[in-house]
Amino acid sequence: MVKELINYLAEPVYSFTAVTAFFVYTIKKPEVVGSKKFGLYSLIAILVIFAWMLADPVFFSVISLPDNIPIIILNAGVLGTWWYAIHKGVENDKRIAAGEGPIEGTPENREKVWAWPNLVYTELFAGIACTVFLIVWAIFFKAPLEEPANPTWAPNPAKAPWYFLGLQEMLVYFDPWMAGVVLPGIIVVGLIAIPFIDTNPKGNGYYTFAERKFAIAGFMYGWVVLWIFLIQIGTFLRGPNWTFYGPFEFWDLHKAVAENNVNLAEYFWIKGLGMGLPKNIFIREIAGILLMGVYMVLAPIWLTKKWGQKYLQSLGTIRYYLLMFLVLGMALLPIKMYLRWFFTLKYIIAMPEFELNL
Amino acid sequence: MADTQSLAEKVANTQVWKAIFRHGPPNNARNRAAVVAGNVFLHLHPIKLKKSGVQLGYTWCMGGLTFFVFLALTVTGVLLMFYYRPTAEYAFTDIIGLREHVPLGIMRELHRWGAHLMVITVWIHMFRVFMTGSYKPPREFNWGVGVILLILTLLLSFTGYLLPWDQLAIWAITVGSNMAKATPFMGHGGPGAALARIGDFVMVSDKNDVRFQLLGGRFVGEAALLRFYILHCVFIPLVVAVLIAVHFWRVRKDGGISAPL
Repeated sequence: MVKELINYLAEPVYSFTAVTAFFVYTIKKPEVVGSKKFGLYSLIAILVIFAWMLADPVFFSVISLPDNIPIIILNAGVLGTWWYAIHKGVENDKRIAAGEGPIEGTPENREKVWAWPNLVYTELFAGIACTVFLIVWAIFFKAPLEEPANPTWAPNPAKAPWYFLGLQEMLVYFDPWMAGVVLPGIIVVGLIAIPFIDTNPKGNGYYTFAERKFAIAGFMYGWVVLWIFLIQIGTFLRGPNWTFYGPFEFWDLHKAVAENNVNLAEYFWIKGLGMGLPKNIFIREIAGILLMGVYMVLAPIWLTKKWGQKYLQSLGTIRYYLLMFLVLGMALLPIKMYLRWFFTLKYIIAMPEFELNL
Repeated sequence: MADTQSLAEKVANTQVWKAIFRHGPPNNARNRAAVVAGNVFLHLHPIKLKKSGVQLGYTWCMGGLTFFVFLALTVTGVLLMFYYRPTAEYAFTDIIGLREHVPLGIMRELHRWGAHLMVITVWIHMFRVFMTGSYKPPREFNWGVGVILLILTLLLSFTGYLLPWDQLAIWAITVGSNMAKATPFMGHGGPGAALARIGDFVMVSDKNDVRFQLLGGRFVGEAALLRFYILHCVFIPLVVAVLIAVHFWRVRKDGGISAPL
């Protein structure tokens, strides 16, 4: 009963919304999420729930695959460091508000210490601990080896390595040219551009939250919600044919899922205007083209008028519009996800003639 | 009866010790400076640094561990190369041999789990650097170098994924490399590729697009195995080594581990 409920709620439309809601709460109330109490209770809750889930044979069979162990370590690392960074930021914010300055800047912490032994020994112990960790891991979990390569028989599902499963999950909502090329390109360009866009001089060299709220919110959304959480969906919730399966749901090859996604052009011409699709592809896709034009060109202008004037002033034109482009590019993903979930929308612009589907 | 202290002193006074280290044990200021400045490996470090920069609560040691795991992967990788031939005929059986015939063999495990671990530590390192605002001036350039290193880490892991030549390997690489097919204008299945033609002559086809260049063929076959092997064992590690040198150099030149201004 509980397991069925969890299977149901794990559906991306609910789980993604829940993660997003929790993320928004974190940004709004970092002092709650970053408190020791919250951290401790969440840790206990996560451990108890995880132990309970492990007792389920179906969940255990997926989670105990040798190649999924790294994702458990990743999750522990991401959640732990995520909470810790917020915790440290909130502590520093309190100090800054009280006029004391960040903890990293106290006279005691500014004091210079010898690299030998302070730094060299830390590195040595970290290296030893890491070696022990790796050896234990290597002894208890054999590296996976399946049947010899057979180009004529594809396993189902055929999954990319886990660190690319976020991208593979995007394939549900976008064609490969977007999910595999354009969006990763935007990620790389966006990451490299961060220091040149973010002109806020505060928060350089210490943990803080309040002083860099916008930058932290943007980065964390991309990192935790879009990247890490999509990896979870792609790894644990996608079975044969990339169909959704709940964490306790057996990967039944014959699970039938109704796929009747509709292009925007069909909504516009057939359902909206009650006529057939025009022959000319550009006229046929006019609604999608206009919509994308509004989104990528008019929306930035409108947003600027409404809310962005002071940022435009402080960042300058190039920085500001680059930021707009990156944020809107990133937002395309959740927007397309919700359009799919709520309106079964397949493509906003569908031009298979040019392999250009968006 | 010599106690340990004087034994250590005796060792430190031998001609052999002095020939290697050129200074006494690092228990006073002069020698602590000399041990770091006079050692080619340790001289990556500054002689002295701010206390906040050595605290685990600040750095999480993630960048250092990434480098350490990279070294561990280099060592285990070289050992694995002794046993492995990158051909469709031998690759899989060599991996079997590694498992069946090498006593106490955990080299492949260490290499594989180490590769996963490096991806994790490099991501968390980036997260830490972001959360401490350490990409801000004067460290903008080094952040960019770090992003490139992160991509190369993923590519190292990705190219290595093919080498066991089992079902997991070729189909994961097939899924991954199929993305290249969809590159706008440069992949035969990507937008704009159909426009690149002169009459009947198709300029971008599955015989010359980016995926073909990556795989050395139209599917993941023997040519792809050799390419990924060279990329994995030689080309990308060399580029990574050079960029790591730049990365570390710039950490020092940009003022060491970040701290409040």
